Amino acid sequence: MSHAADLPLWAAIPVAAFLILGAALTLTGSWGFFRLKSFYDRIHAPTLGTSWGTAAIVLASMICFSVLQSRPVVHELLIGIFVTVTTPLTLMLLGRAALYRDRAEANPDVPAFDPPKGSLAVSVEGEAAAGRDG
Amino acid sequence: MSGTILLFAVTAAQVMLAAAMALALGRMIRGPRAQDRVLGLDTLYVNTMLMLLVFGIRTGSTLYFEAALIIAVLGFVATAALAKFLMRGEVIE
Repeated sequence: MSHAADLPLWAAIPVAAFLILGAALTLTGSWGFFRLKSFYDRIHAPTLGTSWGTAAIVLASMICFSVLQSRPVVHELLIGIFVTVTTPLTLMLLGRAALYRDRAEANPDVPAFDPPKGSLAVSVEGEAAAGRDG
Repeated sequence: MSGTILLFAVTAAQVMLAAAMALALGRMIRGPRAQDRVLGLDTLYVNTMLMLLVFGIRTGSTLYFEAALIIAVLGFVATAALAKFLMRGEVIE
Protein backbone atom coordinates (compact mmCIF):
# COMPACT_ATOMS: atom_id res chain seq x y z
CA MET A 1 0.00 0.00 0.00
CA SER A 2 2.19 2.78 -1.35
CA HIS A 3 -0.46 5.49 -1.16
CA ALA A 4 -0.62 5.12 2.63
CA ALA A 5 2.72 6.86 3.02
CA ASP A 6 1.23 9.95 1.29
CA LEU A 7 -1.34 10.25 4.06
CA PRO A 8 -0.26 12.78 6.73
CA LEU A 9 -0.13 11.59 10.32
CA TRP A 10 -3.07 13.76 11.46
CA ALA A 11 -5.28 11.94 8.94
CA ALA A 12 -3.83 8.45 9.41
CA ILE A 13 -4.65 8.37 13.14
CA PRO A 14 -8.43 9.01 12.83
CA VAL A 15 -8.64 6.66 9.82
CA ALA A 16 -6.94 3.88 11.82
CA ALA A 17 -9.07 4.57 14.92
CA PHE A 18 -12.34 4.51 12.96
CA LEU A 19 -11.31 1.33 11.13
CA ILE A 20 -10.52 -0.50 14.38
CA LEU A 21 -13.70 0.81 16.04
CA GLY A 22 -15.96 -0.23 13.17
CA ALA A 23 -14.41 -3.67 12.72
CA ALA A 24 -14.47 -4.36 16.47
CA LEU A 25 -18.15 -3.39 16.74
CA THR A 26 -19.02 -5.58 13.75
CA LEU A 27 -17.14 -8.50 15.28
CA THR A 28 -18.95 -7.98 18.61
CA GLY A 29 -22.30 -7.98 16.83
CA SER A 30 -21.53 -11.15 14.90
CA TRP A 31 -20.22 -12.86 18.04
CA GLY A 32 -23.46 -12.02 19.83
CA PHE A 33 -25.41 -13.26 16.82
CA PHE A 34 -23.52 -16.55 17.04
CA ARG A 35 -23.90 -17.25 20.74
CA LEU A 36 -27.26 -15.77 21.88
CA LYS A 37 -29.93 -18.39 22.62
CA SER A 38 -33.23 -17.41 21.02
CA PHE A 39 -33.98 -15.94 17.60
CA TYR A 40 -35.59 -12.84 19.12
CA ASP A 41 -32.38 -12.16 21.06
CA ARG A 42 -30.22 -12.86 18.04
CA ILE A 43 -32.06 -10.45 15.75
CA HIS A 44 -30.74 -7.50 17.82
CA ALA A 45 -27.05 -8.38 17.70
CA PRO A 46 -26.08 -7.74 14.04
CA THR A 47 -27.50 -4.19 14.21
CA LEU A 48 -24.29 -3.25 16.02
CA GLY A 49 -22.49 -3.81 12.74
CA THR A 50 -25.10 -2.05 10.63
CA SER A 51 -25.20 1.10 12.78
CA TRP A 52 -21.83 2.17 14.16
CA GLY A 53 -19.83 -0.56 12.45
CA THR A 54 -20.85 0.74 9.04
CA ALA A 55 -20.74 4.39 10.10
CA ALA A 56 -17.18 4.17 11.45
CA ILE A 57 -15.76 2.34 8.41
CA VAL A 58 -17.57 4.72 6.03
CA LEU A 59 -16.15 7.69 7.97
CA ALA A 60 -12.64 6.20 7.78
CA SER A 61 -13.00 5.70 4.02
CA MET A 62 -14.29 9.26 3.56
CA ILE A 63 -11.42 10.80 5.54
CA CYS A 64 -8.84 8.65 3.73
CA PHE A 65 -9.98 9.45 0.18
CA SER A 66 -10.75 13.12 0.93
CA VAL A 67 -7.17 13.68 2.15
CA LEU A 68 -5.58 11.57 -0.62
CA GLN A 69 -7.45 13.32 -3.46
CA SER A 70 -7.41 16.80 -1.82
CA ARG A 71 -11.15 17.23 -2.38
CA PRO A 72 -14.22 16.23 -0.38
CA VAL A 73 -15.20 12.63 -1.28
CA VAL A 74 -18.69 11.97 0.03
CA HIS A 75 -20.04 9.14 -2.12
CA GLU A 76 -19.48 6.65 0.74
CA LEU A 77 -22.32 8.45 2.52
CA LEU A 78 -24.66 6.67 0.07
CA ILE A 79 -23.77 3.30 1.62
CA GLY A 80 -24.13 4.67 5.15
CA ILE A 81 -27.56 6.20 4.50
CA PHE A 82 -28.80 3.17 2.56
CA VAL A 83 -27.78 0.66 5.22
CA THR A 84 -29.18 2.83 8.04
CA VAL A 85 -32.54 3.19 6.28
CA THR A 86 -32.99 -0.41 5.11
CA THR A 87 -31.79 -2.40 8.16
CA PRO A 88 -34.77 -1.64 10.45
CA LEU A 89 -37.09 -2.39 7.56
CA THR A 90 -35.67 -5.83 6.79
CA LEU A 91 -35.32 -6.81 10.44
CA MET A 92 -38.91 -5.80 11.25
CA LEU A 93 -40.13 -7.82 8.26
CA LEU A 94 -38.05 -10.81 9.34
CA GLY A 95 -39.13 -10.50 12.98
CA ARG A 96 -42.80 -10.38 12.01
CA ALA A 97 -42.34 -13.38 9.71
CA ALA A 98 -40.65 -15.36 12.51
CA LEU A 99 -43.40 -14.40 14.97
CA TYR A 100 -46.04 -15.42 12.45
CA ARG A 101 -44.36 -18.80 11.93
CA ASP A 102 -43.99 -19.38 15.68
CA ARG A 103 -47.67 -18.52 16.27
CA ALA A 104 -48.80 -20.69 13.38
CA GLU A 105 -47.23 -23.73 15.01
CA ALA A 106 -48.41 -22.63 18.51
CA ASN A 107 -44.91 -22.34 19.92
CA PRO A 108 -45.26 -21.78 23.70
CA ASP A 109 -42.20 -19.47 23.79
CA VAL A 110 -43.99 -16.60 22.03
CA PRO A 111 -47.10 -14.77 23.27
CA ALA A 112 -50.29 -15.84 21.56
CA PHE A 113 -52.19 -13.51 19.26
CA ASP A 114 -53.47 -10.61 21.33
CA PRO A 115 -55.86 -8.40 19.33
CA PRO A 116 -56.49 -4.81 20.46
CA LYS A 117 -59.63 -4.19 22.54
CA GLY A 118 -62.78 -3.59 20.54
CA SER A 119 -61.50 -5.17 17.36
CA LEU A 120 -63.49 -7.62 15.30
CA ALA A 121 -61.42 -10.62 16.41
CA VAL A 122 -62.32 -10.05 20.08
CA SER A 123 -66.08 -9.97 19.46
CA VAL A 124 -65.92 -13.07 17.24
CA GLU A 125 -63.89 -14.91 19.88
CA GLY A 126 -66.31 -13.75 22.59
CA GLU A 127 -69.29 -15.03 20.65
CA ALA A 128 -67.55 -18.35 20.07
CA ALA A 129 -66.85 -18.64 23.80
CA ALA A 130 -70.49 -17.77 24.60
CA GLY A 131 -71.64 -20.39 22.12
CA ARG A 132 -69.45 -23.02 23.80
CA ASP A 133 -70.84 -22.08 27.22
CA GLY A 134 -74.42 -22.37 26.03
CA MET B 1 5.09 6.35 10.19
CA SER B 2 1.56 6.95 8.91
CA GLY B 3 2.00 4.02 6.52
CA THR B 4 2.82 1.70 9.42
CA ILE B 5 -0.17 2.86 11.48
CA LEU B 6 -2.53 2.47 8.55
CA LEU B 7 -1.13 -0.92 7.55
CA PHE B 8 -1.59 -2.22 11.09
CA ALA B 9 -5.13 -0.83 11.37
CA VAL B 10 -6.23 -2.16 7.97
CA THR B 11 -4.82 -5.62 8.68
CA ALA B 12 -6.44 -5.75 12.12
CA ALA B 13 -9.78 -4.60 10.67
CA GLN B 14 -9.60 -7.24 7.94
CA VAL B 15 -8.86 -10.01 10.44
CA MET B 16 -11.76 -8.89 12.67
CA LEU B 17 -14.18 -8.64 9.74
CA ALA B 18 -13.12 -12.07 8.48
CA ALA B 19 -13.83 -13.50 11.94
CA ALA B 20 -17.23 -11.76 11.92
CA MET B 21 -17.98 -13.28 8.50
CA ALA B 22 -17.00 -16.73 9.79
CA LEU B 23 -19.33 -16.35 12.80
CA ALA B 24 -22.24 -15.28 10.59
CA LEU B 25 -21.55 -18.20 8.28
CA GLY B 26 -21.41 -20.56 11.25
CA ARG B 27 -24.84 -19.43 12.44
CA MET B 28 -26.16 -19.71 8.89
CA ILE B 29 -25.00 -23.34 8.67
CA ARG B 30 -26.11 -24.25 12.21
CA GLY B 31 -29.64 -22.86 11.89
CA PRO B 32 -31.65 -24.11 13.70
CA ARG B 33 -34.58 -22.59 11.76
CA ALA B 34 -35.09 -20.87 8.44
CA GLN B 35 -35.30 -17.37 9.93
CA ASP B 36 -31.89 -17.86 11.59
CA ARG B 37 -30.38 -18.75 8.23
CA VAL B 38 -31.93 -15.70 6.55
CA LEU B 39 -30.63 -13.44 9.33
CA GLY B 40 -27.21 -15.10 8.99
CA LEU B 41 -27.19 -14.34 5.27
CA ASP B 42 -28.10 -10.71 5.99
CA THR B 43 -25.28 -10.39 8.54
CA LEU B 44 -22.86 -12.03 6.11
CA TYR B 45 -23.86 -9.50 3.42
CA VAL B 46 -23.21 -6.53 5.71
CA ASN B 47 -19.86 -7.91 6.90
CA THR B 48 -18.75 -8.57 3.32
CA MET B 49 -19.72 -5.03 2.32
CA LEU B 50 -17.59 -3.60 5.16
CA MET B 51 -14.73 -5.91 4.16
CA LEU B 52 -14.87 -4.49 0.60
CA LEU B 53 -14.76 -0.92 1.97
CA VAL B 54 -11.64 -1.83 3.96
CA PHE B 55 -10.13 -3.37 0.78
CA GLY B 56 -10.81 -0.04 -0.92
CA ILE B 57 -8.86 1.82 1.75
CA ARG B 58 -6.05 -0.72 1.48
CA THR B 59 -5.63 -0.46 -2.29
CA GLY B 60 -6.56 3.21 -2.60
CA SER B 61 -8.96 2.58 -5.49
CA THR B 62 -12.62 3.62 -5.57
CA LEU B 63 -13.67 0.54 -7.57
CA TYR B 64 -14.40 -1.40 -4.40
CA PHE B 65 -16.91 1.25 -3.32
CA GLU B 66 -19.20 0.39 -6.25
CA ALA B 67 -19.04 -3.33 -5.46
CA ALA B 68 -19.90 -2.56 -1.82
CA LEU B 69 -22.88 -0.43 -2.88
CA ILE B 70 -24.21 -3.22 -5.12
CA ILE B 71 -23.82 -5.73 -2.30
CA ALA B 72 -25.75 -3.43 0.06
CA VAL B 73 -28.63 -3.02 -2.41
CA LEU B 74 -28.80 -6.74 -3.29
CA GLY B 75 -28.63 -7.71 0.37
CA PHE B 76 -31.63 -5.56 1.19
CA VAL B 77 -33.70 -6.94 -1.68
CA ALA B 78 -32.70 -10.55 -0.93
CA THR B 79 -33.54 -10.33 2.77
CA ALA B 80 -36.87 -8.58 2.14
CA ALA B 81 -37.85 -11.22 -0.43
CA LEU B 82 -36.81 -14.09 1.85
CA ALA B 83 -38.74 -12.62 4.80
CA LYS B 84 -41.80 -12.29 2.57
CA PHE B 85 -41.36 -15.89 1.50
CA LEU B 86 -41.11 -17.09 5.12
CA MET B 87 -44.30 -15.23 5.98
CA ARG B 88 -46.51 -16.18 3.04
CA GLY B 89 -44.91 -19.10 1.22
CA GLU B 90 -44.48 -17.08 -1.99
CA VAL B 91 -42.66 -13.89 -2.93
CA ILE B 92 -45.02 -12.20 -5.38
CA GLU B 93 -48.74 -12.84 -4.95
